[in-house]
Amino acid sequence: MSAEAKVEPQRRRFAVDLHVIGPLLALLALVILGMSLNDQFLSAGNVTNVLARSAFIGVIAVGATFVITIGGLDLSVGSMSAFLAGVTIIVLNSLIPIAGGGWGTIILGMAACLLLGLGAGFLNGILITKGRIEAFIVTLGTLGIFRSLVVWLADGGTLSLDFNLREVYRPVYYGGLAGIAWPIIVFALVAIIGEIVMRRTAYGRHCAAIGSNEQVARYSAIHVDRVRLATYMLQGLLVGIATVMYVPRLGSASSTTGILWELEAIAAVIIGGTVLKGGFGRVWGTVVGVVILSLIDNILNLTDLVSPYLNGAIQGVIIILAVVLQRGRKGA
Amino acid sequence: MKSSRPVPILEARGVIKSFGPIEVLHHVDFALRPGEVHALVGENGAGKSTLMKCLAGYQPVSGGEIVLKGEPVSFPDSEAAEKAGVVLIHQEFNLAEQLSAEENVFLGRELKRGFFLDRKAMRARAESLLRELATPVDTRLPVSRLSVSQKQMVEIAKALVREARVLIMDEPTAVLTGREAEVLFAQIERLKADGVAILYTSHKLDEIARIADEVTVLRDGALVANAPAAEMNPNRMAELMVGRELSDLFPEKLADRSREVVLSVRDFSVPGYVETASFDLHRGEILGFAGLVGAGRTELMEGIMGLRPASGTIGRNGETVRIRDPKEATRRGLAYLTEDRKGRGLLLKYGLRENLTLLGLDRFSGIFVDEKAEDKALDAAIRRFDIRAGSKTMAVGNLSGGNQQKLLLAKTMLVEPQIVILDEPTRGIDIGTKQQIYAFINELAREGRSVIVISSEMTEVIGLCDRVIVMRSGRIAGEVSGAEITEEAIVRRAMGLEARQGTEMTGEAVHVG
Repeated sequence: MSAEAKVEPQRRRFAVDLHVIGPLLALLALVILGMSLNDQFLSAGNVTNVLARSAFIGVIAVGATFVITIGGLDLSVGSMSAFLAGVTIIVLNSLIPIAGGGWGTIILGMAACLLLGLGAGFLNGILITKGRIEAFIVTLGTLGIFRSLVVWLADGGTLSLDFNLREVYRPVYYGGLAGIAWPIIVFALVAIIGEIVMRRTAYGRHCAAIGSNEQVARYSAIHVDRVRLATYMLQGLLVGIATVMYVPRLGSASSTTGILWELEAIAAVIIGGTVLKGGFGRVWGTVVGVVILSLIDNILNLTDLVSPYLNGAIQGVIIILAVVLQRGRKGA
Repeated sequence: MKSSRPVPILEARGVIKSFGPIEVLHHVDFALRPGEVHALVGENGAGKSTLMKCLAGYQPVSGGEIVLKGEPVSFPDSEAAEKAGVVLIHQEFNLAEQLSAEENVFLGRELKRGFFLDRKAMRARAESLLRELATPVDTRLPVSRLSVSQKQMVEIAKALVREARVLIMDEPTAVLTGREAEVLFAQIERLKADGVAILYTSHKLDEIARIADEVTVLRDGALVANAPAAEMNPNRMAELMVGRELSDLFPEKLADRSREVVLSVRDFSVPGYVETASFDLHRGEILGFAGLVGAGRTELMEGIMGLRPASGTIGRNGETVRIRDPKEATRRGLAYLTEDRKGRGLLLKYGLRENLTLLGLDRFSGIFVDEKAEDKALDAAIRRFDIRAGSKTMAVGNLSGGNQQKLLLAKTMLVEPQIVILDEPTRGIDIGTKQQIYAFINELAREGRSVIVISSEMTEVIGLCDRVIVMRSGRIAGEVSGAEITEEAIVRRAMGLEARQGTEMTGEAVHVG
């Protein structure tokens, strides 16, 4: 970096471009591979399927981008989502006698889910900032707590949404606008807003400053704790949004809901070029990372080249590769 | 040059170093001889660090050659250089803070007995080395618990274990008190007697005049002078470094001062550091804070700024105010420039623009940050503070210390404070930049702003300030103003009047810069 930085801006741009387009090149390679293996790969049906399934992890990963940028970590998002799904289903089912089986009930349930997400994020954030406990420890703790709560609420089994309500709620996942599924629209909106917030607002700048050097941020009159708390609440809210879309997909929540989502989200963030230690975040990179991960899954399912059971292994290799490439750039 | 001088052990011959298209060292010749101290001086950014890194194998040369004992060498890395007996001691120490002193001394060179570490032998050797270095510390303590000077000695012991024949010291006294520096000088004499060749850099030119045998001056990457130290003096060196005469380092003090109190601090305590400090600051005044390192000056100011828990009252233009955090301090027209520019002042990986506006970001953002306005502010700051950067997007960690300091000053001034608190504003920067910063501080006072300067450099306090408050062990020990501001008056108050001599104090010493 030291050598690079002294070079004229114009020459530098070329170097930066290479560094920036890394994830994009990987994505392109996967698309070409997918096309060559299966001619249905780029069909509207398959693309919609891939993107809609990416949407849950994607929305959560946008939040994780902010959390990691401030130098934090949230391991609880998968369990949090399961817990939110469970509570939302209970709320919806118990609202039917009061508010009826229509959209009113569903909107109330959605609101409850988002509020609860904010609350869960607040819990993580307050323990980290006021309690002065490491984010890793706090969210490892709440990971266990949320997971256990959903199992307890389901009494060890599955919480199911009322069958009639499920029919009303269904379009939120399966429906869409102008042929584009709702989850894709929501994911796109969240990503675009996230990118703008990260790049163009004082809050985004403060996130990067805190992750880069918390002391410098503090001495620069930034309310470090407030920004961190807000970021964990943002993560909670985004988990809430993801869950609102997830509930109508299966209409149930159980002990296996959202398992390992936290790792997928973190992996997407890292593949996208956000620095794991904090200080630099790239929301659009995260989006690319999410799509890369689900494309691998999709390609393995569409072809019989490699067993889909090896999906995890391939994702693992990609994550490690992404970090190795990041380090290579630093040394250049 | 006398013919009796020893043959050089390590030489740079016509060394060129480029980063990309920019050449930062131009055909530099430099020789280190056994048993001699060769001082390398120059302003920040003159190429001292680069030359040292080329000599010690941290960076390859782009042209010319490095010659070891008459043979051209090219060290692939610093490890190879160490093996050949060339060791660089960094300004920021390269010690593993959690490991003990003895573990650090032998790091990478552990003594073994069979498969196991020979702890006993290592402890004995580390202890005897550190005793010889007049640093009798418990070598089992983690390095994080040692003082800065003790760490320095551990670094030297580490170099000695590596049988260093060439020791390259990058501003070793920048972080040492006067007394600690004396210990270091004694050790340097000892190393010289053992035939070690020493490259020494420092911004303290009187020090160099004292310990160097030979002096080389670099300016803008080129060698401008090389002479026996006997033919040099601090003034001559400073002029060569800057390339112009430095007749007036300090600007003229303002004759008349306002008596209008803009800040009054009463019974102010910072638990553990400061007890019941009270003082007033007037409009257009430059108020110095002198005292020993650890007297509580930084903590007092950080308490006032809301950076530390504190109690007491603060009056601002006669109105009592509460300052709970730095944001409120900024709103009240106060700004603080930290002494730790790398750890607390600047985001080293970010560019100039992001750093400049971090404190005053409110001024550039509605819903969105106005990057165009930021760029304009940066251009203005670069002009006003004479910040020299290769490009505006370069990481500020790659700027020279002086330019980092100017950028930090620009960042602090961007919020247009009426009261500016500068903590060691010229630490570790060259004399040319110092002069610029002094002129700038004076200008602030002329504009009617009030400036507090914490400084451990006596000449700075005396040359710059209208009034000086002296702190001692967390309390305000006295105040001097006008013609009373003398080194003796300050030292007497800093030491406590009952102490007859400074050297009798334990653990601390005054920086007499």
